[in-house]
Amino acid sequence: MTEHTVKSFGEQLEALSALVAQMGGLAEAQFAAAIEAIARRDSVAAERAVGGDARIDEIQQEIEDRALRLLALRQPMAVDLRETLAAIKTAAELERIGDLAKNIAKRALVLNREPPIRLTQSLARMGKAAQNQLKQVLDAFTSRNAEEAEAVWNRDGEIDEIYNSLFRELLTYMMEDPRTIGLCTHLLFVAKNIERCGDHCTNIAEVVYHMVRAGHLAANRPKADTTSETSVPYETHA
Amino acid sequence: MRESFARLSALAWPLIIGTIAGGALVLFAGPGLFWGVVALGLAVGLIARFVSFQEPILRAPEQAEDDPLATLPPMTRVLLDQLPIPVMLLDDDERVLFVNHSMRDVLGPGLDRKRASSVLRNPHVLGAIAEARRGISTNVPFSLPVPIERHYQAYAARISRSPPVTALLLHDLTVVKRSEQLRADFIANASHELRTPLAAVSGFIETLRGHARDDEAARNQFLDIMGVEAARMRRLIDDLLSLSRIEMNEHVKPEGRIGLEGVVRQAVAALKPLAAQDGTSIVVKADPEVPPVIGDHDELVQLFQNLVHNAIKYGRERSKVEIAIAQADGLVSASIRDDGEGIPPHAIPRLTERFYRVDVKRSREKGGTGLGLAIVKHIISRHQGRLAIESRIGEGSTFTVFLPAARPEIQAKAALPEPVTEML
Repeated sequence: MTEHTVKSFGEQLEALSALVAQMGGLAEAQFAAAIEAIARRDSVAAERAVGGDARIDEIQQEIEDRALRLLALRQPMAVDLRETLAAIKTAAELERIGDLAKNIAKRALVLNREPPIRLTQSLARMGKAAQNQLKQVLDAFTSRNAEEAEAVWNRDGEIDEIYNSLFRELLTYMMEDPRTIGLCTHLLFVAKNIERCGDHCTNIAEVVYHMVRAGHLAANRPKADTTSETSVPYETHA
Repeated sequence: MRESFARLSALAWPLIIGTIAGGALVLFAGPGLFWGVVALGLAVGLIARFVSFQEPILRAPEQAEDDPLATLPPMTRVLLDQLPIPVMLLDDDERVLFVNHSMRDVLGPGLDRKRASSVLRNPHVLGAIAEARRGISTNVPFSLPVPIERHYQAYAARISRSPPVTALLLHDLTVVKRSEQLRADFIANASHELRTPLAAVSGFIETLRGHARDDEAARNQFLDIMGVEAARMRRLIDDLLSLSRIEMNEHVKPEGRIGLEGVVRQAVAALKPLAAQDGTSIVVKADPEVPPVIGDHDELVQLFQNLVHNAIKYGRERSKVEIAIAQADGLVSASIRDDGEGIPPHAIPRLTERFYRVDVKRSREKGGTGLGLAIVKHIISRHQGRLAIESRIGEGSTFTVFLPAARPEIQAKAALPEPVTEML
């Protein structure tokens, strides 16, 4: 840690960072509750995830205010400037993850009223993968670890691959039995939301990398989501 | 009082010794400036030696006040550190003052002086710590969902007002929660998956009681099918039970030192009759330099049995299964290669999902339960390893297991907690 001439400046920066970590904890808890709601058909967990949004938004506001005050009054330079910027950016990504978790939880409430379907287990597994990414990237943020951030960034392909596979399977289901379209559409959106959460984690990974190394991760992340080009031919069954 | 005396005497003794030595030298060698200088040097050297070796003389008094745990008796500290319960002590800024061995196992290394919100993050636990600081002891549930699910009850309490110290204790409830969840999963899976073979068996019983009662040819045929279905149910129950058993212990780190080659050869030996039936040959190539891995012997045998069994099952007839054991970057790898039809790329990420089948009909024909690779995944997860699957349609598939290599034995001994040996 570099010594600051004004001691309280270092403390302010650290407090800002701690606040981001705290917000990360809230996002993690909300996302975990949403996945729990899907995996265990737990509507109580779903309600918890839907309600958890307000506090996250509040903290984001506070992070922005504090960061702005820091920028205006202290004019930080070099790593301090990057840390301040990282706090603002990470908070914005975490807020999006919170929104996505809320949306997943809302859909879980609908899904739980329908008969159980095995595919929710595949979604839960995909959710676990995204949760792991979120945990790792927040750990990288608090420990200022660029390598760990880069590992998260490289690992996003795994979630994309599960998403591709689920996407195909859901399309096939819907073609086979149009009565499942309602249910499958919700599942499709849940899968998409989880995949988006993974993407936000890689965004945070980029922020962490920049904060520590002052450089950028390569512009082209290994993208494995091919669903925008996927079609499953409609076959009429005899 | 005693400390200041020690400090004084530490400085005084070399001076006295130096002066006596100098005086003696002057007496014996005659009054010469040369010897006087040597005596003075000796005295200065002695002072420097004592000052640098006796740390308490140099330690600034305010540093001791900075650490509220400085007054803790060393034995209490060792006890806290060795306690099998995760313990964390925090000051009023919610900074980590102390974490014990068990807590480091839960949260990882590098926690000292960090803020609680950076190392714990969980909003409920942070809330409990804030409450405790206000003097209200609370306990809240605390789960770590990834990488391996763990459940705790977190207790936070104020243990000292001045200096202000808050303690956080975790009570491990993983086993309880797990058995609850596993029971529910087991019943759900078993009732769902057993329904199909059971329906077949009961259907045939109906028929045998009815119009097939006196038809001997039909009776024999039906009994054969019932036998097959019953065998499938048994396999399914066996697999479900072993999956539950493995999941139950997934959070417990394995402790044995296992040579992978022996394990693989044992698994292959058990499958020899099956391979002979299909005319499949199994070749094991092992690098003799490969270090052992940390693992559970029986689970590792099951892991390789499942993978090799799959390779035999899904390979072509009269084909070859190649197993290679190697090492790289502190990992030991074992790859199992078959020359079967290959797996479509969209199925690969989901192969280890329980009851996921690439081709339902084919899996049924081959007598698969849909749990083999799920069991593999959970065993690898317990061993903190990794599974890589590569496949080309028409050419075959390779399943590679990576397991962390065991460190050399000498180092393992050196890693024993030091304070204890000191105490004894």
